[in-house]
Amino acid sequence: MRSSGSTGIPGPSSNRGILLSENAIRILVAKPGLDGHDRGAKIIARALRDAGFEVIYTGLHQTPEMIAEAAIQEDVDCVGLSILSGAHMTLFPKVLQLLREKGADDVPVFGGGIIPDEDIDELKQLGVREVFTPGASTEDIVDWIRREILPLA
Amino acid sequence: MSSSSGVAKAPRGAQRPAHSTISGMELEECYGPADVSQDPGRPGRYPFTRGVYPNMYRGKTWTMRQFAGFGSAADTNERFKYLLAQGSNGLSTAFDMPTLMGYDADSERAEGEVGREGVAVSTIEDMERLFEGIKLDEITTSMTVNCSASILLAMYLVVGERRGCKRSDMGGTIQNDMFKEFIAQKEWICPPEPSLRIVTDMIEFCTAEVPRWHPVSISGYHIREAGSTAVQELAFTLADGIGYVQAAVERGLDPDEFGPRLSFFFNVHNDFLEEVAKIRAARRLWAKIMRERFGAKTDRACLMRTHAQTSGVSLTAQQPLNNVVRVTVQALAAVMAGVQSLHTNSLDETLALPSEEAVTVALRTQQILAAESGVTNTVDPLGGSYAIEALTERMEAEAQAYIDRIDEMGGIVRAIELGFPQSEIADAAYEFQLATDSKDYVTVGVNGYTMDSQAHDLEILKIDSNLEREQRERVVAFKVARNAAEVKSCLSALRDAARSGANLMPPLLRAVDCGCTVGEVSDIYREEFGVYRDPGTI
Repeated sequence: MRSSGSTGIPGPSSNRGILLSENAIRILVAKPGLDGHDRGAKIIARALRDAGFEVIYTGLHQTPEMIAEAAIQEDVDCVGLSILSGAHMTLFPKVLQLLREKGADDVPVFGGGIIPDEDIDELKQLGVREVFTPGASTEDIVDWIRREILPLA
Repeated sequence: MSSSSGVAKAPRGAQRPAHSTISGMELEECYGPADVSQDPGRPGRYPFTRGVYPNMYRGKTWTMRQFAGFGSAADTNERFKYLLAQGSNGLSTAFDMPTLMGYDADSERAEGEVGREGVAVSTIEDMERLFEGIKLDEITTSMTVNCSASILLAMYLVVGERRGCKRSDMGGTIQNDMFKEFIAQKEWICPPEPSLRIVTDMIEFCTAEVPRWHPVSISGYHIREAGSTAVQELAFTLADGIGYVQAAVERGLDPDEFGPRLSFFFNVHNDFLEEVAKIRAARRLWAKIMRERFGAKTDRACLMRTHAQTSGVSLTAQQPLNNVVRVTVQALAAVMAGVQSLHTNSLDETLALPSEEAVTVALRTQQILAAESGVTNTVDPLGGSYAIEALTERMEAEAQAYIDRIDEMGGIVRAIELGFPQSEIADAAYEFQLATDSKDYVTVGVNGYTMDSQAHDLEILKIDSNLEREQRERVVAFKVARNAAEVKSCLSALRDAARSGANLMPPLLRAVDCGCTVGEVSDIYREEFGVYRDPGTI
């Protein structure tokens, strides 16, 4: 595995992949729900890391509580949720609500997965900043973060 | 949705050689006799490179087995009956995420996921409803479930027995391939060692009691979907198979007895030649593994029967009608490779679970290949092609090199603990994404041949939003109506077997018969065997 100025790539026994680089905002890539589709989450995590951001990946099967807790503890600048289980209309709002309850509603949340267009509209109304669907390139996502999130951090 | 910007961007990954397969394997301009060193032999003869039967589809076409499951047991039962009425000749069940992870619909962890990615089954009552009106000793059923497979198999067998079917007459397949869960699909309860013990219990039980059942379907499908190359799919699948056979042999089972009941499941991706070669190489490698490594004497134990499914990940949300063409090419590769059963994906599967119309087109694709294309009239028509034989040999050699590395690590359990297959796959997936981003690999409609309006007007399957509440209520009512003392004593007998090392299946059959649920049995596994957590490496 390549790394850019990494201070430690954890082995399989650790619970998180924390990859550090300089001058970076911190992004939590999180995988809520029960499905095991982590190909996209891992690709995004690597692409964000290669673009120079600090990336914290939660691993699979996280509850919304675990994700909100991790976002606060790690003091991240934004949270990316990857959902391919069809549970996005339950899990996205729950993460948003928990962040609000914990006083972290300034942390922008974006997401990706198999999400129908009409659900995307509703999720955006609920406060999800952006939703990326299959076919989005890693560059699209990196560019979006540079444009929309970097100025806030 | 992405759109083509028209601006060329510098690739970040290593550039792929021109004329390479989708997996990045570079091909020669032209192959000839000097590129082939092994005689592919005859179909139906060891090592079965050209197929497992002498007459292949001239005797019987492959089983058209469409994977289906959504919503409630009643919803999926209706889809099953529709598929059978349309000429599907085997069933294949997709369960929802809570069922697959060992949670009941009324668990907090199930929230938002009930009936979404498959059918919700928490209780024996759900299982009865799922197969209502379907003759379980006539149809063969495949169930895609792994860490909770023992429970679902027990439920299926008990439902059959309640209807008067003999266990020995019930045929089917349960996926039950835990190694590939840790490697790729990532639905698990307990760590690799106890997971392997449960799988081995099922192999032992089925060999003795349910002889027409395939107690494990050793699966490359999910490995490939997670982003592996074709060679990695082949290598890790066979390494997983070696792990199961090794464990069964250590249990004292005879490979000639259980070997014929092992089945396989491969992906068929876009790259036609590579896919045909992969499945031919898989048969040859497996035959040699069973004979040379495990000493199987009979040919039956060396013969790899495989299911195949077209590649879900190859389908695009952009211009989705093009997916019909992709599925056709992939299905043709599966047939030219000589698979025993096939699922063709629906054109809308990158958007949602398939609609009835989409699943019909997918099934018709297989029927057109079988009835109209003519490729079934002679056995292994690609056999002897220099390119196909050379590629088959190359894939065999490259997969063998991976298997040797895993052997050096101490076997597949150790390799999984070290994260080896997982990181190889993640690397390959990332490289492929970079090749896509740089347009080294072109996917029509995604990073090439894009259109201003790529939106679809397909009718997408919707899951009834009341379903989750209704299913939760059914499960709660079912639990209230049971004999609580009997449930307690059955669970305690199961716990005793978990601790003593006795085969789990007999107490499990009693447990589901008296009403123990998927979640309750899984809780015993969690308590007795521990819970596995994702290492979360990127």
